[in-house]
Order: sequence, then C-alpha cells, then structure tokens
Amino acid sequence: MLNTAPSKTGVLSPEKRTQLRKRWLTAMLMAAPFILFYLLFLIYPTLRVIQLSFTDADLAGNGVWVGLTNYTKLFTEPTFWTALLNTLYFILLTVVPNTLVGLGLALLVMRLKRLRNLAMAAFFLPNVLPVSVVTSVWNWVLDSNFGLVNYLTGSTVTWFQDPVWAMPAVAFVTIWWTVGFNVLLFIAGLQNIPPELYEAAALDGASGFRLFRSITWPSLWPVTSLILLLQLIAQFKIFDQIYLLTTGGPFDKTLVLLLYAYREGFQQQHGGYSSAIGVVLMVIILVVSALQAKLLNRGGR
Amino acid sequence: MTATINKSTTTKPPAPLSVRLSRLWGGVITALTLVLAAAWVFPMYWAVVTSVKPDDETVAAPPTLWPQKFDFSSYSYIFQNSPIVRWYINSVLTAVLITFLVLLLSILCAYALSQINFRGRTWLYWLVLAGFMIPFQASLIPLFIFINKLGLVNSYTGLVVPQLAAPIAVVIYKQFFDQVPHELGDAARIDGASEWRVLFGIFLPLNWGITVSLGIVTFIAAWNNFLWPFIVMNDTAKLTIPVGITQIQSAYGVAYAKTMATAVTAAVPTVVAYLIFQRRVTEGVMATAGLK
Repeated sequence: MLNTAPSKTGVLSPEKRTQLRKRWLTAMLMAAPFILFYLLFLIYPTLRVIQLSFTDADLAGNGVWVGLTNYTKLFTEPTFWTALLNTLYFILLTVVPNTLVGLGLALLVMRLKRLRNLAMAAFFLPNVLPVSVVTSVWNWVLDSNFGLVNYLTGSTVTWFQDPVWAMPAVAFVTIWWTVGFNVLLFIAGLQNIPPELYEAAALDGASGFRLFRSITWPSLWPVTSLILLLQLIAQFKIFDQIYLLTTGGPFDKTLVLLLYAYREGFQQQHGGYSSAIGVVLMVIILVVSALQAKLLNRGGR
Repeated sequence: MTATINKSTTTKPPAPLSVRLSRLWGGVITALTLVLAAAWVFPMYWAVVTSVKPDDETVAAPPTLWPQKFDFSSYSYIFQNSPIVRWYINSVLTAVLITFLVLLLSILCAYALSQINFRGRTWLYWLVLAGFMIPFQASLIPLFIFINKLGLVNSYTGLVVPQLAAPIAVVIYKQFFDQVPHELGDAARIDGASEWRVLFGIFLPLNWGITVSLGIVTFIAAWNNFLWPFIVMNDTAKLTIPVGITQIQSAYGVAYAKTMATAVTAAVPTVVAYLIFQRRVTEGVMATAGLK
C-alpha cells in the first residue's frame, strides 16, 4: 500500500525535474500544517516528558538533572502503588463488565425491528454528554439525602464518599456513560455475521445458547477483543469522572495514576516527579496499544 | 425438531404451541429491552425534570415523577447570576474552530499522503502512525510548560492548538482517499487540474459523508473535552461550559434545580447534534474505532 510508484529512473529532463519539484512542494504545503501542530504539541511533549522525568523541574520547566531519583522515589512511594492498584481496581470494575453489558444490550437491541434505532439511541445518548454533566446528574441521583436511589432503597450510603462504595460507584457511572459505544461496535459486528451461518446451524438442529456459543461468540471475537483493548487503554487514563466525583477520596481510595500525576504536577509543582508518573503511564498504554495494533493487523485491516 | 430457531422469521405457519411460546418469549425480551432502554435514559429525564421544579419540590418526600408545578426560575437564575452565557459562547467558538481546523488539516495532510508521490511520503506516514498510540494525557506537564512558554496559558489559542495534534482523522481520511479509483484523479490531472483542484473538486465531494460524520464526532468531542480546558484556563470568564459548570455547582449546594439546570444547558448542543445526526455519529464512531 505504501509502495510509491517510483519516478522513472535514469536521466530526468529539466521539465520532469521541475514537475517533480513542484509536486514535492505541493505535498509539503498540504502536509506541513498538520505535521507542524503534530510535532509541536504531541511529539515534542512526549519526548520532553521523558527528559523532564530525570530532572527536578517545577511547573515552569526549570530544574536540574537528578538521574533516576524520581523513579526510585516513585517506586518506593506507597502513594504511587496505591494509585496503580486503584487504577487496576477501576479497570477490573469497568473493562470486562462494560464489554459484557455492551454485548448483552447489543444482542437485545438486535432482536428489535421497528424500535431498534430508538433503543440504540437510548443506550448511546449518555455517551455524547460532557463528563461534568454525567457527574452532576449522578451526584444528584445518588445523593445521600435526597437522591432517588437512596429514597427507593432506603439506603443512607454516601456513595462517592464511602471508602468501600466510592470506586464501584464511579465504575457504575462510567459504564452507564460509555457502554453505548460498545453497543454500537457490537451491533456492527453482529450485522456482519452472515445469516447463512445461522441458517446452516439451524438446519443442524442447533438453537439458543448453542447458536450463540458456536457462531455468534467466535464471529464477534475480533470486535470483542478490540473493545476490550480500547476500554483498557481508556481506563488506564481515567481522570475526569474520578476528579469530579471523588477527587481521589476518601483517604485516597479512588486515587488513580493520572490524578496522582495531576496532584504532584499541578498542585505540588513537582513537574519532574509528575513527569515520571506520566512516563510510567505512557509505557503502560503503549504496550497495550501495541497489543491492539497486532490484533488489528491480524484482523486483516 | 423445533419449529422456530430464527426468531425474526416472518412467515406465518399454523402456529403450534412451540411457536406461540417463542412469540411470547420474544415479547418478553422486547419488553425487557425497552425497559432497560428507558432505565438508561431515566437519569437524563430526571435531571431535566428536576431542573424545572421549584426548589422545595426537588426534595419533597415522595419524589414527583412529573413536576406538580413547573418552575423555570432556575434557568433564569443561572443565566442572570453566572457567566454561563459567556461559557456557552466560548464553547461554541472553540468547538467550531477545532472541528473546522481538524478537518481541514487532516484532509490536506491525508491527501498528500494518499495521492501525491513525493520523496519521504512513506516515512511521513509512519511518523503520523507512530503518534496514533501516544496518550497526550501522559505528557500534560511538558505540554503545559510549553504552552506557558509560548504565553498561551489562559488563552483560546492555547486551548485550541493541542487539540489539533491528534492524527486519527488523518489516518481515517487517508484510508478513504486510498479507496477512490485512481482514474478519477488522473483524468483531471491530465486535463491540467492542480492537486488542490483534484482534492477540493473530486476527492472531498466524494468523501462528503465521512467528512460530515467526522465533523460531528469531532465537534462533540471538542465540546465535551474536559481535561485540557480545565488545565489551561484559569480565568473564570474564559472557561468552556463543561468546566465552567463545575465551578458554580458547588456554590448551589442543595439547590438541585439550579445544578440540574446548568447540567441540562451544557448538554443541549451535543444531545441535539446526536439526535439529529444519529446515523452520522454512528458512522464517525465506527471510523474512529478502526471499524470500516
């Protein structure tokens, strides 16, 4: 795909040469604006974060080389491990559940005919809400005194301030917010399964769960694995909902990696140390992304 | 042998018991699906309903599913006593600008990568693909330091430019441009059309569908973006609406109607955009997920 048809080798006429130069110039003019922003605001910070992580820089970027100090401090700092474990806990509570709920809803939606689009819209709608709208709505629904949930269940739990419930509550809100994305992807996957497969299996007498196990699930696996990995990448970067619902509390019970980096960097002015957290996060995400790329290539895209 | 395996069959057999049972089962499943869909929407409904209740009714002991008395004073209150209108304007302007620039820059770059043979093309494409996986969140500190050095902290330029750096739209456009038959462009080039005319006269109109889809998805994402606007803006008047509403809600405390009024107001544009362009959004989401 990337093989460019090479220009004819050998001696080039002056006209051909100017034509090639003109073409090169046009290409550069077209590519340059994006490439410029891309290099300045994505690639440069990505390289710079590595360099900063070896310094004691503040938030103005001034600091001196300190070698591996930030990393040794990081790996011996209990708060870092708390943040890492909390992130993994959040992943445990969201990635697989969100995928399964998405699959279940997609299977249900697929059985509808006239109301299919309506149901799909209902599950996807939360997805287009700004995160702060999502959190304020759920802060209200789960309000400990006047919230609907506690009224209906007679509970008095302060969901987002409770050491045990805070993280599951954030995970629940996250699933409500984002599952529609998975539903869309699963529906696309389900629609791509040739009906003949089901017909053939039906002739063989398969039905219900056996159809699902022998046809639906294997055919969906590429989509399922894509969703799992997209979720995994997204949830490692979890910040917004946590910051807005719990600010990491109570007692750091919901402190996650990015929030820890934010606290250290923007609140404590520890730019270098915060960069080290960023590097750790980036390495994790790049590893997961590499997995994703491998997987997508295997899918033949 | 079971009579119906494929539940969606529409043929009408004499309807033995098994068929009637499966129809009943189908009805139960349909009902369940609709109940779940309603439950999913309910929190949004509840936010809207709360926002049009008088304050005392929002906390009334049996909650009222439908307002006994409609009261829109929360809306007039937040519009008069907070910078919400200003935030709205900020959000509209920045989201529209980001959408326009992302599309324009991506279209240009993708066209060059897809259609023009030039030295370094392969190399450049790999460079773009490399950034595909990089999470900008991991390098917030150097990004902030850099934006600060440029004197762009607390400015709209500083808010917008980092959001133009994501390569996803370039990659998507390149895939779409790659699929356009070569003959179309070549015919125009032979007639003397410049690459610019080939792009804007042939390739862009041919890919209008994905452009609309990506445009809407980019707009929604830009409108909803929280983390970067939250970090780069410190002047209250310059906030975007998703960040802004978090600043006033705490002041409202138990005034839930006002809090919900701010939430509803902030959500209107993206919800409306989705409801109008449902199919386009689906298409855009698929494209960004790497499907199709």
